[in-house]
Amino acid sequence: MATSLARSLMDDHRVTLLDCDVEEPNAHLFIKPQITSTEEVAIPVPGVRQDRCNHCGKCSEVCAFNAIAVLADTVITFPELCHGCGACSHLCPRQAISEIPYRIGSLEKGGAGNLEFAMGKLDIGRAMATPVVRKVKQQSDGSGITLIDASPGTSCPVIEAVNGSDFCLLVTEPTPFGLNDLALAVEAVRRLGIPCGVVINRAGKSDAALEQYCLRENIPVLLKIPLDLKIACLYSEGITLADGLPEWKIRFKQLAERIMELAGERSCNTQR
Amino acid sequence: MNIAISASGPTLDSEVNPRFGRCEQFIILDPETMHFTVLANTGQSAGGGAGIATAQHILKEGIGAVLTGNCGPNAHQVLSAAGVKVITGVSGNIRDAVEVYKKDGYSPSGQANVGDHFGMGRGRNR
Repeated sequence: MATSLARSLMDDHRVTLLDCDVEEPNAHLFIKPQITSTEEVAIPVPGVRQDRCNHCGKCSEVCAFNAIAVLADTVITFPELCHGCGACSHLCPRQAISEIPYRIGSLEKGGAGNLEFAMGKLDIGRAMATPVVRKVKQQSDGSGITLIDASPGTSCPVIEAVNGSDFCLLVTEPTPFGLNDLALAVEAVRRLGIPCGVVINRAGKSDAALEQYCLRENIPVLLKIPLDLKIACLYSEGITLADGLPEWKIRFKQLAERIMELAGERSCNTQR
Repeated sequence: MNIAISASGPTLDSEVNPRFGRCEQFIILDPETMHFTVLANTGQSAGGGAGIATAQHILKEGIGAVLTGNCGPNAHQVLSAAGVKVITGVSGNIRDAVEVYKKDGYSPSGQANVGDHFGMGRGRNR
């Protein structure tokens, strides 16, 4: 979805595509960008100077994620549980805690033609996706159109990806699971105050429940992509729908125009 | 020295709870006198790191050993660093388990016997 939109819009606009699905980024498989820089993404985790510590336990008390254990004569830290909030080092009465960078992933930047591209990759075995998403989002300077590919669901990384967008395109499927997750996503984006619309992927004979929901909730169904072997084949070969079937490029351009009308601004965000 | 037992109920006739970090309560017991107190586990409801929170909570009771069913790597690390013997694989009636412990019938486990999030139930880790 995000890649097709990017490929359709880049003819006439300055487009930045940010792949914020950092647990399994895949936009690059379709965009095939030239990656020009790679940098590390790290969060600050506590480093304890045991000689300064008097084991008062304040750091452990304030840690919402139990990433520090204070014992009678030592302090144990669990960097893999740390969210990097900095409360422990800030509140330590003896300045015994400094912040040490702890690598959780990487940021890759590049481009394809006049398309600006950035993607985040969470390292294998790491659970803290949100800081990587945040880093990827910093790569947009806000000019032109920024398309953000978010992961599915409504977890913290999704909220981080979607927050601050002018519009959120919710891509769903006509199944009970699709409808369940869509309803949750709608609730989330509404709470964030972001207008939204729906794309039904693999649309076919069983769209009725989904369409009834959208009607009831007054959410526009902006596009339907049918369950079609030809489309699936293109996808499996890493070809966007906009590139593989020219008539779809026109539809994506029309979709983008609708989104810009609905958002009232020339900026949008897509979510898978 | 006192020992902590993850408990499914508030008496010595309760079962040993198979979970450490997510266990509802601990029985803190002096094996010599069999005098005990019941300690509610405030670490149980932690969003993450329940084993670490629980370990710190029970360490305040000045214990020398923990009897439980299963203990994950983080809790094991905290308890071991505090010099507490961690005995896993314990099940059944608490009074019986304490008797076995008193006769040196258990050997401490040198490492965690289960992985992270064991006590959260299968498939509910996320």
